Amino acid sequence: MGVRPSRRLAVFLAALVAALFLFPLVARSYSLYLAMQILILSVFSLGFNLLFGYAGLLSFGQAGFFAVGAYGCAKILLAVPNLFLGLVGGIVAAGIVAFLLGILCVRHTRIYFSMLTLAFGMMIFSIALKWRDFTGGDDGLVGIPRAPLEIPGLLTIGVANLEQYYYVVLVVSLLSVLGMYRLVHSPLGLTLQAIRDSESRAEFAGVPVRNYRLVAFTIAGLYAGVAGALLAPLENTITPPIAHWSASAEPVMATLLGGIHVFGGPIVGAFLFFMIKDIIVRFTQYWLIWLGAIVVILVMGFRGGVLSILVERLMPWRPTRPMVTRRKA
Amino acid sequence: MDSVLFQGLIGLSMAMYLWLISAGLTIIFGVLRIVNFAHGSLYMVGAYLAFTFYGLLGWPFWLAIVLSLLGTGLLGFVMERGFLRRIYGIDEAYQLLLTFGFILILDDLVKIVWGGVFKIPQIPAFLDGAWSVFGRPFPVYNTFIIGIGVLVAVGLWALFEKTWWGRTVRATASDREMANAIGVNVPRVFSGVFVFGSMLAALGGALGTPVRVVAPGIGATMIIQAFIITVIGGLGNLKGAFVSSLIVGILSAYGTLFFPVFELFFIFVIMAVVLLVRPQGLFAR
Repeated sequence: MGVRPSRRLAVFLAALVAALFLFPLVARSYSLYLAMQILILSVFSLGFNLLFGYAGLLSFGQAGFFAVGAYGCAKILLAVPNLFLGLVGGIVAAGIVAFLLGILCVRHTRIYFSMLTLAFGMMIFSIALKWRDFTGGDDGLVGIPRAPLEIPGLLTIGVANLEQYYYVVLVVSLLSVLGMYRLVHSPLGLTLQAIRDSESRAEFAGVPVRNYRLVAFTIAGLYAGVAGALLAPLENTITPPIAHWSASAEPVMATLLGGIHVFGGPIVGAFLFFMIKDIIVRFTQYWLIWLGAIVVILVMGFRGGVLSILVERLMPWRPTRPMVTRRKA
Repeated sequence: MDSVLFQGLIGLSMAMYLWLISAGLTIIFGVLRIVNFAHGSLYMVGAYLAFTFYGLLGWPFWLAIVLSLLGTGLLGFVMERGFLRRIYGIDEAYQLLLTFGFILILDDLVKIVWGGVFKIPQIPAFLDGAWSVFGRPFPVYNTFIIGIGVLVAVGLWALFEKTWWGRTVRATASDREMANAIGVNVPRVFSGVFVFGSMLAALGGALGTPVRVVAPGIGATMIIQAFIITVIGGLGNLKGAFVSSLIVGILSAYGTLFFPVFELFFIFVIMAVVLLVRPQGLFAR
């Protein structure tokens, strides 16, 4: 069963959330922008890790769903100036696309699954690149407004400036994190782990393996969609490279960096990803070589990621899963 | 009609670059069971090395190619011995990730050393010019590429079917434990195959130097093409890789001519359909 957070951890998390809410009081707009990027990548990576860490499926097509969320949100905002509609529309679109493609993708596992998701992701990329009338081609969609968030009969909030929009990103991200936490500690999350550890054992126990994988795939796509939808109004412009397979590698690296078998791994990883980038680009324009080196070091020596190491140090009583998953014959 | 055939011939020469790069990928997957994301980057390194020796230093074309193969082979050796070898036992996802790390490193390294896009050097004099095919000028260099591609195909066939090394490699590919038991030095075969595959990628890159633009990041483009081809031909199936290189090369030559908008999309549709309907590849026995 999932371990309840200890009291010390609870205090820490409460302080962190409070700090996040107070952040705009002290931060300059660059830090706010960076914080939003981190939150967005956190949501993106949490979804990815449901597939990778919990279900054992390495997808290289997540950027496709991210792009569906972003383009969906952007198209709606360009037509109807209501952020609520934009976010919901983008997320729902990503969820539907993920569900439909998921039906096909979960027929495979391992390398064939990775290749299949790569192919579908690149199909979405080529649509974004080539369907000029709808997606703007390689110029992308420009002038996406940060329109007011309007839930009819309930509330209307202007989000035009960066501080206001920060709160939208923060609240949506926190809700997503909470949702994912509940999810992975529910029977669904445990069943996914059981399937990852032994597909045939789960099958014998009567688990409809494919259906569970499809659910995980859809939720991962949904989370990618949330992240993408949040990005569009932040950047005001979106272009096809967000759908390219090399963009799919970002949540992969963030997750790997933070740790794949600890719930908060992807979040810590997203934070480290942007911090490392921010620090390195101050010294050199070649930051990818360092990122590459970090990936190599992590894979060679620290497959548990940073957070697992911390958890083992700070909470020795909490067992983290052994990292070496053997290759199935 | 003639223009259709002519376009096919252009596609055929494009197909040969694809064949050289996917042959290496296929052999490495077939034996080591590793999908090498960095294979496209090896192609890129091969091109940059050949450019250095031939374009910058003005050394003979052949020598430049040989040196580029040796240099890239050495790089492949370091990648296999220093890194991949240590993680054969674990989940293949990590092997993908490791080779992805190599892409990032090699891309930036190329930028640091060579500073971006290079200027295409002259085609060597003995391969320059064109002859008339279907009433149009067809470059001699393209003919040369087609020749090399066919030569490599025949050479690989002979290597794997007729030589002792080839037999050892095939034995290792089909059952590495049994091969080990009968005295095959499996780790050495793995290194040898990886280096050999790296050199094939480098050959593709090096041969393209006088005609194709290479920039940092070309690795990511080439590896996707190679993935498409190896998936269509069947992962690890060399004959399949040759045939599907021809198909993809020629189809995209026609695609860019007739439906430039959908070409990219349809190639990925083909890839997905093959994965779903015949994951073992179109040409599996």
